[in-house]
Amino acid sequence: MKKNGTYSRGTSLMRDALRRFVRNRLSVTGCIVLLFIITLCLAAPLLTPYTYDYQNLSSGATPPGAQHLLGTDILGRDLFTRILYGGRVSFAVGLCATLVSVLIGVAWGAIAGWYGGKTDTIMMRFVDIAYAFPFTIFVIILMVFFERSLLLLFIAIGAVEWLTMARIVRGQVMALRHQEFVDAAIGLGLRQHQILLRHILPNIIGPVIVYATLTIPAIMLLEAFLSYLGLGVQPPSSSWGILIREGTESMETYPWLLIFPAVVLSLTLFSLNFIGDGLRDALDPRSSRE
Amino acid sequence: MVRFILKRIFFETIPSLIVIATITFFLIRLAPGGPFSTEKSISPEVLTQLNAFYGLDKHLFTQYLTYMARIITFDFGPSFKYPGRTVTELIAESFPVSLELGVYALCIAIVSGILAGLIAASKPSSLRDYLTMSISMGGICIPTFVMGPLLVLLFSLILGWFPVSGWNTFSNRILPSITLGMVYIAYIARLTRGGLLDTMVQDYIRTARAKGLPERLILIRHALRGALLPVLSFLGPAAAGLITGSFVVETIFSIPGLGRFFVAAAFNRDYTMIMGTVVFYAFIMISFNTIVDVLTALVNPRLRSSLR
Repeated sequence: MKKNGTYSRGTSLMRDALRRFVRNRLSVTGCIVLLFIITLCLAAPLLTPYTYDYQNLSSGATPPGAQHLLGTDILGRDLFTRILYGGRVSFAVGLCATLVSVLIGVAWGAIAGWYGGKTDTIMMRFVDIAYAFPFTIFVIILMVFFERSLLLLFIAIGAVEWLTMARIVRGQVMALRHQEFVDAAIGLGLRQHQILLRHILPNIIGPVIVYATLTIPAIMLLEAFLSYLGLGVQPPSSSWGILIREGTESMETYPWLLIFPAVVLSLTLFSLNFIGDGLRDALDPRSSRE
Repeated sequence: MVRFILKRIFFETIPSLIVIATITFFLIRLAPGGPFSTEKSISPEVLTQLNAFYGLDKHLFTQYLTYMARIITFDFGPSFKYPGRTVTELIAESFPVSLELGVYALCIAIVSGILAGLIAASKPSSLRDYLTMSISMGGICIPTFVMGPLLVLLFSLILGWFPVSGWNTFSNRILPSITLGMVYIAYIARLTRGGLLDTMVQDYIRTARAKGLPERLILIRHALRGALLPVLSFLGPAAAGLITGSFVVETIFSIPGLGRFFVAAAFNRDYTMIMGTVVFYAFIMISFNTIVDVLTALVNPRLRSSLR
């Protein structure tokens, strides 16, 4: 926190947090790696002459080389291209499903924490019961029994991941509810939803951002897991989970098909987790290392 | 104490189980397609008979009541895809395998996780700390379906130390257990480290230091006990993770456990098998959470008053 005992002028919470974040070397490295991977994925059409489903059987299973940077799979599809386009899908799922889970979680937690009493008891008992539900199993059932689509994948995963967010937000809102500035707002005659939106929510943005950052890798992992089981993104579309499954099937003869997608997925997850940890230390000084 | 446990069981465990069984039941039934709709076409007469045999011709709500009444006695009915076998039999056969795998994995995770946490906390913010925590982070960031194949590639195919798959000998059990345990090493290491850093600033640690005890002894004998509380309460969620994690590990290493049966049942639309496994998994997870909660309350004197 403040090092020399004085608050310098104009140090807002966010700027303060940013300074702490930049000082954390692991999370800055994570940021750079992540930005690099995202840029590559976004610029995919500029970087490779192939499309993700372009097959050329005569050049099947070529090892990495000049023609194909990371080699090709058995059907002669360029692995580098498939990793980049797969990355687009994986990131899209990660971001959209996180957004869904943040929206549900914040709304649920804020309402429960603000109104308290019976509302709170019922809403949080629901969360408790949902926690005990074997959710991976639930997602598997959903994906098996209903027509598989990206939309269903977003909804299924988002619906699973909001529980912890709801708990965190509820705790924060309950702590803030009896603070003086809320009493002041009530005294000024503001309506409940105005207080919630303008006074309470801005104050809990820190923990929400931190937990959302940590949700993204969890969701990308779940997507990869479902795709690996054959329940997520469907071929010939590409996603990191599918690539890893295809790579596993032929790892004895063509190990690069497993190794490259595995490295990219793991690097991304590492970066996201380091960034999340860095943000937690930066935005929530109480739980920081010092 | 007894009242606390009974309250937990009657007001939380049992209602949760009923809700879970109900949701799963209707979710499966409302989904398009039936258990006999996928494979080669069956004549209408046979289909009617099949439906009558499994009670699928009755009203949905009647089916639901029959089912709920049956699962109280752990009777999950006959399997749709394994003719002549009951779901209870299949679970009884395959669950011990999953359990064994889970116990090995948990042991590996607890021992290495606590060790890593101790090493990291013994010198916070040092190179040793960062290195240990970064390595154990690998368990979180490298998914089991990546770690498993990579371990097989290295230790079975290249070095030839362990068999690729199967579940017959002891050497079969090593790679799957490590793969599954890796995930929890990281979490346990982080919890141990965090707990240790919190306890190391407590007064009784200062007392121990003032007595002139060597630092290592303070760490292991005095601080560790208090630091392990978060680890203990993590065991509930960990058990859940071990169950879901074992789907993949069992598939990769072709282990005849419950996870593999569940994935196969989901793909085959084996209604009773899916219902049975879901209710069974939920039962295990919820009981485990209850046990862990009671244990945590027993160990932590500050929570003990909430038991009365």
